[in-house]
Amino acid sequence: MERSEDAAAPGMSNRWPEILVALFLVIMGIIAITDSIRVGIGWEEGEGPQAGYFPFYIGCILLLSSGWVLLNAALKFGKPHPQFASWEELRSVMQMLVPLTIYIVAVVFLGLYLSSFILIAYFMKVHGKFGVIATALTSIGVPLAAFMLFERWFLVPLPKGPIEQMLGL
Amino acid sequence: MEELNSLLHGFSVALTFHNLGFMVLGITLGILIGVLPGLGGANGIAILLPLTFSMDQTSAIIMLSCIYWGALFGGAITSILFNIPGEPWSVATTFDGFPLAQQGRAGAALTAAFTSSFVGAFFAVLLITFLAPLVAKFALKFGAPEMFAVQMLTFCSFVGMSKEPPAKTLAVMALGFALAAVGMDTVTGTLRMTFGQPELLKGFDFLIAVIGLFGIGEILLTMEEGLAFKGKSAKIQLNVVLQTWKELLRYWKTSIRSVLVGCWMGVTPGGATPASFMAYGLARRGAKDKDSFGKGNVEGVVAPETAAHAAGTSALLPMLTLGIPGSPTAAVLLGGLLIWGLQPGPLLFQEKPDFVWGLIASMYLGNLVGLFVVLTTVPWWAAILRIPFSVIGPVIIVICAIGAYTVHNSLFDVIMMLVFGVFGYLFKKLRYPLAPLVLALVLGDMAESSFRQSMLLSQGSLSIFWANPLVAGLMALSFLMLLWPIVPALKHYLRKHGN
Repeated sequence: MERSEDAAAPGMSNRWPEILVALFLVIMGIIAITDSIRVGIGWEEGEGPQAGYFPFYIGCILLLSSGWVLLNAALKFGKPHPQFASWEELRSVMQMLVPLTIYIVAVVFLGLYLSSFILIAYFMKVHGKFGVIATALTSIGVPLAAFMLFERWFLVPLPKGPIEQMLGL
Repeated sequence: MEELNSLLHGFSVALTFHNLGFMVLGITLGILIGVLPGLGGANGIAILLPLTFSMDQTSAIIMLSCIYWGALFGGAITSILFNIPGEPWSVATTFDGFPLAQQGRAGAALTAAFTSSFVGAFFAVLLITFLAPLVAKFALKFGAPEMFAVQMLTFCSFVGMSKEPPAKTLAVMALGFALAAVGMDTVTGTLRMTFGQPELLKGFDFLIAVIGLFGIGEILLTMEEGLAFKGKSAKIQLNVVLQTWKELLRYWKTSIRSVLVGCWMGVTPGGATPASFMAYGLARRGAKDKDSFGKGNVEGVVAPETAAHAAGTSALLPMLTLGIPGSPTAAVLLGGLLIWGLQPGPLLFQEKPDFVWGLIASMYLGNLVGLFVVLTTVPWWAAILRIPFSVIGPVIIVICAIGAYTVHNSLFDVIMMLVFGVFGYLFKKLRYPLAPLVLALVLGDMAESSFRQSMLLSQGSLSIFWANPLVAGLMALSFLMLLWPIVPALKHYLRKHGN
């Protein structure tokens, strides 16, 4: 399963991903520790453990374990690494991740219905090479079904944007 | 037999027309979730959870647990017909299931898989029926230190039994606990790690984490594999079913072995995935014709499916009796119970017998209904899988976004879902296990409060954790589990220096 860097498909080694994720966890550990110290990690007379008592130790475990991972990654820095993913694979992931990120931003500003329509239509048209009718039916049908199911039957409001406001929904 | 009476009562609760309807609905949704990439048992239930808030509690848990059974069944369909495990626990099913389908014996493979799933689940439910009340009664005597020791054992077993690197297991677990601590401290009311952000006041909801980590993360992984579904078609004829059933009787030894492995791995938080691999390995080792494994041996389908279902089902035993889920999906169900105001644990058996026994009875019925539904509807599910990912992918993203939003009606949660999704992908690629993260997020507050209560009892002395044999035993076992990964390294060291 694990391929070395000079395996068939060229790609990114997991050297940097490994280090960056471990670094992120180390930072989270430090945040947990410092904030616990801020709220108090000691013993409040008559009340018991202070709010930071438990998270402080959690932060320590996080810092130590991710520090260990980071240390190991740093020690192996110069050695050949297994591949994280091939460029081809990463390209596929980005083909999903980029529209997905735009979609989430769009949900915040345009509401869920319009954004979902655009997302589905984009994928079907660009990646699926579907015809106009199939694309239109699916991309309108799914948000519409969500609207009926949530707003009408379960009475759960979903995020709406300017378009829905214009329509007075 | 007290349990049998309670169980009969449970059947009377579960066997209403209304609840049977929810069972069929749950199973169907569950199979759909299991079949589609990116939607699994855990995040499928997380997405549907908000819809059940207005439902009657017993019907809601029946439907949700049936989604769970459905997802377990559904994973087998994609493994056998498409060589794509819909769920991690059905990876081992592809080894022999797909070759069988290629030889034109898809019907036999599917029948074997579904039937073994049913058998595995059935024995696990039997275990729950008779063992759960005893465990619950025993756990009634537990105080805060004992509860903390049990939780400690759960988390240490992850480190000891996980196939992933122990430091990484420990790190994500601590991350889960740290995220659980964000927000208002329930005891003192102090704000922790919120940094003045109002969105962080309520903390991180594990449902959002589950939808992101498992849903979005899985979609990204699926994209990476560049899926082109090229599957075998399937129809199951009655005579194939009967023939396969006859054949299955020959594998009773494998079945029993797999049930035992599954139940053990389910009750201890080993989980369904390692259980299925272990059972497959054992079946292969015990077989006379080892070479036929991997080339389409029905026994190679029976073993992992039996074990996965037994594990998936028995994971509910510690969830119900101790409030400690044995798997991420059980954790989501536990979260559901908490949202409904039901505190899982020993008291649940005394205070809500209708609910508990209704649920247990529904496990028997749900699996029976599931077996029937899945055997009769296989062609439709196979058809769903022929829909290209360019349609299914964005639709699943929309479903995940809706699910994340409806938990608290918060757009911040939708953004967090994306963040968790990216980390889900990175963690999977870098071999950080996700289950301990989710479980720590769910149990974080509970573990903290039992730890603090213990500290209050002992006035801050850790000696309370070895004050009586029970709690000391549990703690000793925890440390054994925690240090378990060191054993091979130690052996290696000794061997090197002994010579």
